[in-house]
Amino acid sequence: MSAAAESPLKQLWGEFAASKLALVGLALLVSVVMIAVFAPLISPQNPYDLAQLDVMSGKLAPGEQAMSGKTHLLGTDDQGRDMLSGIFYGLRISLGVGVVSTVIALVIGLFFGLIAAYFGGWVDTLIMRIVDIQLSFPAILIALILLALLGQGADKIVIALITVQWAYYARTVRASALVEKQKEYIEAAQVLALSKARILFRHMLPNCLPPLIVVATVQVAHAISLEATLSFLGLGLPITEPSLGLLISNGFTYLMSGKYWISFYPGLALLITIVAINLVADQLRDVLNPRLKK
Amino acid sequence: MLAYTIRRLFQSGFVLVVMSLLVFAGVYAIGNPIELLVNPQADEVEKLRATVALGLDKPLYEQYIVFLKGAVTGDLGKSFVFGTPALTLILSKLPATLELAFCALFIAVCLGIPLGLYAGLKPDGVIGRSIMAGSIVGFSLPTFWVGLVLIMFFSVHLGWLPSNGRGETVSVLGLQVSFLTWDGLTHLFMPAFNLALLKLSLLIRLTRAGTREALLQDYVKFARAKGLPAGRVIGVHVLKNIMIPIVTVIGLEFGGLIAFSIITETIFAWPGSGKLLIDSINQLDRPVIVSYLMVIVFVFIVINFVVDMVYSVLDPRVRLGGGAGGGH
Repeated sequence: MSAAAESPLKQLWGEFAASKLALVGLALLVSVVMIAVFAPLISPQNPYDLAQLDVMSGKLAPGEQAMSGKTHLLGTDDQGRDMLSGIFYGLRISLGVGVVSTVIALVIGLFFGLIAAYFGGWVDTLIMRIVDIQLSFPAILIALILLALLGQGADKIVIALITVQWAYYARTVRASALVEKQKEYIEAAQVLALSKARILFRHMLPNCLPPLIVVATVQVAHAISLEATLSFLGLGLPITEPSLGLLISNGFTYLMSGKYWISFYPGLALLITIVAINLVADQLRDVLNPRLKK
Repeated sequence: MLAYTIRRLFQSGFVLVVMSLLVFAGVYAIGNPIELLVNPQADEVEKLRATVALGLDKPLYEQYIVFLKGAVTGDLGKSFVFGTPALTLILSKLPATLELAFCALFIAVCLGIPLGLYAGLKPDGVIGRSIMAGSIVGFSLPTFWVGLVLIMFFSVHLGWLPSNGRGETVSVLGLQVSFLTWDGLTHLFMPAFNLALLKLSLLIRLTRAGTREALLQDYVKFARAKGLPAGRVIGVHVLKNIMIPIVTVIGLEFGGLIAFSIITETIFAWPGSGKLLIDSINQLDRPVIVSYLMVIVFVFIVINFVVDMVYSVLDPRVRLGGGAGGGH
């Protein structure tokens, strides 16, 4: 046990920073998020502004100069869109879709998981049966079925990503809530005749959060990867505001003629994002898991 | 055991009905295939005739009953695009998908178990750690991106391997297969490896974890104390005991391979059922979408059922703990 004087947050950080690899991951993740947030300020070009695009300077190789005299560090795509700017804006959309869908799915999963654990009986059975059935199919298949049914669009893809994810949270929360339910402070709260909602959300919920944070971190990476995959298959976001997956898909056509950069660099950005999140999540899992504490 | 089997069978049937309802309702509620299928210059009369011919004028529940009757007799409607029965179309593409999936499974098992075993025996060595790092990377990489890089490197840059199609096939027992011709094999290699990568990483981690746990068990210590050669301790005592979870996972993951082959087939233009699904979604070819989804849901339910049964034989706690809340 470390010194009692240390605040829990500081202690957590100390444990997290013990792994150099996790720190690298965190640094990468922070950079990626910063790029996504400040994309309009740091991009050489607004990739959605058609007036700024010049088809004449399409498919330029990385480092080549366009007719306008601008140098495109990572080249341009078929419409003369600067790849670096495209990637910065694409990151915004990929991260945005990933985070939004994860947060909504987390809230839904949290709600049903807590209810299942607290009430038990047929409520528990019903919710967990649905979770079981859903988790017996791969996420990609469920998402594909949904998109085949719903059609395309940003809202549809978020719905698909939420549907795919909520079951993981419900299961995780239920497991930790079942443990918490047995503890004395819940009994004490019940004896005080506090309302069920208060016990559930003010007392139980905060204590179920740590494992959930780990699952959520991993799930953001999954959601981003899944969105990219769906967009790559042509079932994701519309072409007007391309995410990384769509940029990759768009470049795939030109891959065979040796114009690798249109696909490769967005792919690299996607990869860095996913690996960075996974590195952070891996370390978080170790830090937040009480079973691994000595 | 019988009670468990019946209950499990009943549950599988229930899932199948629910899924059929969901799939049908969803697919038949969106889009208007008439707009896509009939010549835009066609007049109203012609459109109406096409609607009636395809049975799209009937109320939804009637269409569902027709669909359900068809499903039971193996008739899931005709493809709007190809004009052939949808189920036949799917089944004609299924062998290509299965060939790909089995090859991927073969690669994953043949590489994953030895690598995982090695990493488990020497967890702190350079090679052991590299294997683990590799498996983490393999886990993080999106399947479609790996496929892309494979094509970029082996097809475009080196020009060694073809990037699309099945290549030359030969007929074995009436099925066309690629892996028996050299040309087919070169076509098969990249997609199979691409599909195998995720499962390969999973198997490495599973085998490694199982091995490390087994090494600490008393029976392994005892086998060593008896003076058995290391090869026998690992090959018989360790491997045999870690095979139960591994076999279960292999069974469960086979369905995943079929699902993920949708991505791999699209990238490598492998003419299987997954590519057919994506093409059909883009063309709003509803009978084919419905048939594919029903076939894959059926395949999944069968796989899950078989794995559960096998598992309950291996581990009696599963069925004894049975009841509605069991299985966690």
